[in-house]
Amino acid sequence: MSAITPSLIRFEEIVPPGSSWSHVLKRGTTLRITDTEGGANVSALFYNFELLVERLNLPDTLKCQHIARLTKGNCLYSDMGRILVSITEDTCGWHDPLAGASNEKILTEKYGALNYQAARNDWHRDAYNNFLRELGKYGMGESDLAMNVNFFQKVTVDDGGKMIWHASNSKPGAFVDLRAEMNTLVVLNTCIHPLDTAPTYSPKPVRLAVWTSPPPGPDDPCRKSRPENERGFILTERYFL
Amino acid sequence: MSTLTESQLDPATAVYDFTLLAGDPWLHEIKRGQTFRILDLEGNQAADTLFYNAHDPADRYSAQDTIREQGAIYLTTGTKLMSTRGYVLLTITADTCGQHDTLGGACACESNMVRYAIEKRSMHACRDVFMRGIQQWRPSWSKRDITHNINFFMNVPVTPDGGLTFADGVSGSGRYVEMRAEMDVLALISNCPQLNNPCNDYNPTPVRLLLWD
Repeated sequence: MSAITPSLIRFEEIVPPGSSWSHVLKRGTTLRITDTEGGANVSALFYNFELLVERLNLPDTLKCQHIARLTKGNCLYSDMGRILVSITEDTCGWHDPLAGASNEKILTEKYGALNYQAARNDWHRDAYNNFLRELGKYGMGESDLAMNVNFFQKVTVDDGGKMIWHASNSKPGAFVDLRAEMNTLVVLNTCIHPLDTAPTYSPKPVRLAVWTSPPPGPDDPCRKSRPENERGFILTERYFL
Repeated sequence: MSTLTESQLDPATAVYDFTLLAGDPWLHEIKRGQTFRILDLEGNQAADTLFYNAHDPADRYSAQDTIREQGAIYLTTGTKLMSTRGYVLLTITADTCGQHDTLGGACACESNMVRYAIEKRSMHACRDVFMRGIQQWRPSWSKRDITHNINFFMNVPVTPDGGLTFADGVSGSGRYVEMRAEMDVLALISNCPQLNNPCNDYNPTPVRLLLWD
C-alpha cells in the first residue's frame, strides 16, 4: 500500500520546516503527507471550502469514535456531522488531537526570539501565527481558529489526566493518507509541536502528494470501522445529492 | 479525581443569583475580580460554557491552550482558563465536584445524528442553544464565534491507550465550581439538554449561577 501509482499523482510539493501550506483538496483526491526525516510535526485545520463556517470539530471527531488519538480508519468530522477527510492509510500510528498549536511565547521561552530580519526564512515561526497568515488568504481570521491536529506526534494521557509528549513517535518515511470526502480546505504548517522538548529549535520538512483516489465503496474500512462512521458517510454523501 | 476545594463565599451576599433551566442560553459579563459560581442544583448536569474577552471577543477560551498549559486534560481548582491569544481569562478557585471536561465539546443536532441515529436530528442540543443565545444578545456574532467549550460537571475520561468515553457523572446535587475573572469576560452557557447519554444522567436539570464582587 505504500507506493502511489505514478500516473495517479496530480502534484507533489515539499513543505520546508516552519512553513505553511494550504490547498482545496477536492473530493476524489487524497493528500499523502510523508515525514521524510522523522520527527516531523504537521499542525492542521480543515474547512468545507464551500461554506467556510463549517470546520473541523475535534470534540465531535473524538467523541463519536471514542478516541483521543488519530490513525487509520478514523474520520475527521466537521461541526455539521460530515466527514471532511478520512485517514485511509497511516504508517505512523498515532497523531495528536490534544496539544494544539505552538505560539510565539512557547518558542521564545524555549529557543529565544529569532526574527526575519536576523534569520531570513530560518526565523522562528509558530503554528498560531502561521495559521492566521494562511487563513487570512481565504478571508478568515482569529474567529475561524479551532482545535487543530498535530500529525506525526503522540501525546498520551495517564490515569490522573496528565499529558505526556512522546519523542520519536514518527520514523523517517512515515506517511499518512487523508482522503477528501468533501471539497476540503486544508491549512497546515510544519512548525514544532508545542510540547516538543528538543533542546534546539528543529522543525522538520514534509513531502506532500495529492493523488486521484477511488471513492469510498460500501465496504470501505473507514466507513465500516464503526456505526457512527457509517452514518457520517451517509450524511456526507447526502450533502452532494 | 483531585482534591475538593470549598468556597467561603455566602450566597446571601452574591450580587447576582439566577437559575438557568435546562435547554436555555445565558450570556453575562463578569468583571475582572468578580467570582463566578456554577451550582449543580440536582446533580449530574452538564453546563456547556464559553468565555470571551469582553472587550475583544475574537480573543476567546481555548480548550487546547488551557489543557496544554497546565499539562493535564481535566479542569479543577487552580486551572487557568486560557484564551486563544494566551491570556488568562479566569482561574478556578473552588471546586466541590473534582474534575470538569473540555474535550467532549457541545452536543449538536448534527453530531447526535452521527453518534446515535439520523432520526435524532430533531432533539434539542447545546449548539442550537448557543446559536439562539448569540442571535438574541450578540447579533453581530455568528457560528464562527461558537468555539470549543468547557463542560462543567461532565466526566469524559481518556485512557492511556488513547480511548475516550462519556462516563457517568462525578457531580451530585449541590456541588459547584467557582472561578475568579482575571479580566472582563463574557460567559455564554448552554444548560445542556442532551438526553442520549449519561452526561446529564438522562435528566437535564437547572443550574444556579452566582456572582460576587
